[in-house]
Amino acid sequence: MKTLKILKALFGRELKLIFRNQSDLFTTFFFFIIVCSLFPFGVKPSSELLPQIGPGMIWISALLASTVSNARFLLSDFNDGSLEQIFLAPIPSTLIIYVKVFVQWLTTGFPLLIVAPILSLQFGLKYQEIMVLMISLVIGTPLLTLIGALGSALTLGGRGGGGLVAILVLPLYIPVLIFGVGSVLSYSSGISPETSFLVLSAILVFALVFLPYAIALSIKLALE
Amino acid sequence: MNLYKFSSPKVFYPLAGSIFKYTLLPSIFFLVVGLYISFFLAPTDFQQGEAYRIIFIHVPAAWMSMIIYMAMAFWNIVGFSLKSKLSFMMSRALAPTGAIFTFIALITGAFWGRPMWGAWWVWDARLTSELILLFLYIGYIALVMSFDDSKRGERVGAIYSIVSVINVPIIYFSVIWWNTLHQGASVSFNKAPSMAAMIVEGMLVMMLAFWTYSIAVVMLRIRRIIVEYQEEMLLMNHTTEG
Amino acid sequence: MLYVQGANGAGKTTLLKIISGVLRADSGEVLWNGLNIHESLEDYRSIMAYINHQQAQKDELSVLENLEITLSISGIFEQKALLQDALNLVGLSQYHLRPFRTLSQGQKRRLSMARLVVDKTRPLWILDEPFNALDKAGIHLLEGFMQSHIDAGGMVVLTSHLEPNFSQKSLKVLRLNQ
Repeated sequence: MKTLKILKALFGRELKLIFRNQSDLFTTFFFFIIVCSLFPFGVKPSSELLPQIGPGMIWISALLASTVSNARFLLSDFNDGSLEQIFLAPIPSTLIIYVKVFVQWLTTGFPLLIVAPILSLQFGLKYQEIMVLMISLVIGTPLLTLIGALGSALTLGGRGGGGLVAILVLPLYIPVLIFGVGSVLSYSSGISPETSFLVLSAILVFALVFLPYAIALSIKLALE
Repeated sequence: MNLYKFSSPKVFYPLAGSIFKYTLLPSIFFLVVGLYISFFLAPTDFQQGEAYRIIFIHVPAAWMSMIIYMAMAFWNIVGFSLKSKLSFMMSRALAPTGAIFTFIALITGAFWGRPMWGAWWVWDARLTSELILLFLYIGYIALVMSFDDSKRGERVGAIYSIVSVINVPIIYFSVIWWNTLHQGASVSFNKAPSMAAMIVEGMLVMMLAFWTYSIAVVMLRIRRIIVEYQEEMLLMNHTTEG
Repeated sequence: MLYVQGANGAGKTTLLKIISGVLRADSGEVLWNGLNIHESLEDYRSIMAYINHQQAQKDELSVLENLEITLSISGIFEQKALLQDALNLVGLSQYHLRPFRTLSQGQKRRLSMARLVVDKTRPLWILDEPFNALDKAGIHLLEGFMQSHIDAGGMVVLTSHLEPNFSQKSLKVLRLNQ
């Protein structure tokens, strides 16, 4: 089917661009690590406190790292006119969004998943707690990417920069943060993390269905 | 009567003026009556003394902040469905008033909390959600203002307002859940003094006051926005003819 | 061929955007084959090529890669050899593997021409200032392509501050004053 071929071509393009611009790939990754490592310096917790605040620290670092990469998401393509050409492709615009957001997650969300277990050890989390944290991140990071993509799309062509994207996006991140961290804290208090996972997944499904449409609409407005 | 003709800004302009005239005096009236009730007629609370009286401002303000945000989303949805410019302008006119009420709710919440709980701020579900709502208002306003083209700004803001309004209940419940996770005995503002009839009446009157005030102020603001648009159009016509 | 003429700021680009469906007009509609384009935008897009004055190419990719990607995203999948021939035809024979950012403005423009050469499926060309930055030879080349396109039954809508060199019978001029 032609649509599939075009999507494949788009996916290939996105990947190619990522690997040519390796700095993007590493910036988010190292930002996450650095911010996360800064926390114990600022907070100076005791060794009993460390595993309690650990999940929160890791999640907030993930949030901030995501915010850093959000502003750049569509900007380059918008500025050189490629975004307009891509949206002239004879395929539904929501599919374009899915591909772009997926690649964005691969480069800014997925690397966090690789590093998070190591950082968890730094905070003294137990094995099962790390597992719970990982699951929450697996469900949560795509949400962060999606919401961030909306923030980026909304500000295209305006005078607001990364700061505005952050203002728009951080309030929307809060439920994700709460249930993400909450899952680990529930588990540590002996409550099942199931509720948090279910709620997070529900929000994710909801976002996957509705946000791409909002993002596509924002981009079309920006391209007018 | 064809209501659709009012979706033209030009036609709506004088109507907005009339609405303003009819709501300004009632709002002052209700405000005076409401304040009178809250300060003089409502009984002194057994536990909380006189300080509790600030809920006469706090609760209606919090309600208004929520209602206005929902109204904004409503008008934005109407704007996209009916493609009417005026609806987007209405949402933009509502935003500052909503933000002000949110701010008032937060400040009065703090002033209420201080004598009650000894702290200026408590992370209870309602106050925290109010704070996040303030961020959402500020985000909307900043977003709309970041575009030189106001038409584009309003539409982009509209998308944000619709997405974030869906988020508001999610945020609210997530904060409640967060609190139950942390504090067994919840510190909660739900413990308003048992509602003597006079207190309920007082709050209702204050609601009416805030409501009419909002309508009045929003009408003024939307008239200013309509004028701005007319000026923009005139400016564009002049430069291209020259 | 429809040549849209007007002073700066008269709205030429806006008109082209409306014709290409990127912008929705406040009043009036755009019809292709009698049907409003917005009713089947995807179909309309498969018969139209819209090139505006922004180089919709990535600086970090090579010329050949850019051409391949531009075409595949619009649904045209061709052999590399064909793409290379097209690049040679427009005068970019030495530049296939060079990063796009190393090209001069005129050379960058020629890449858009290559795209028009390869993609024979689009009867409608909408071009915003296509002659920008092109040298005399480039302009001549592009005019040649446009003429063959029109002779084959295609249609070109363009804006330009240069009067295009075309036979009167296939040229329609639209002057915008406001």
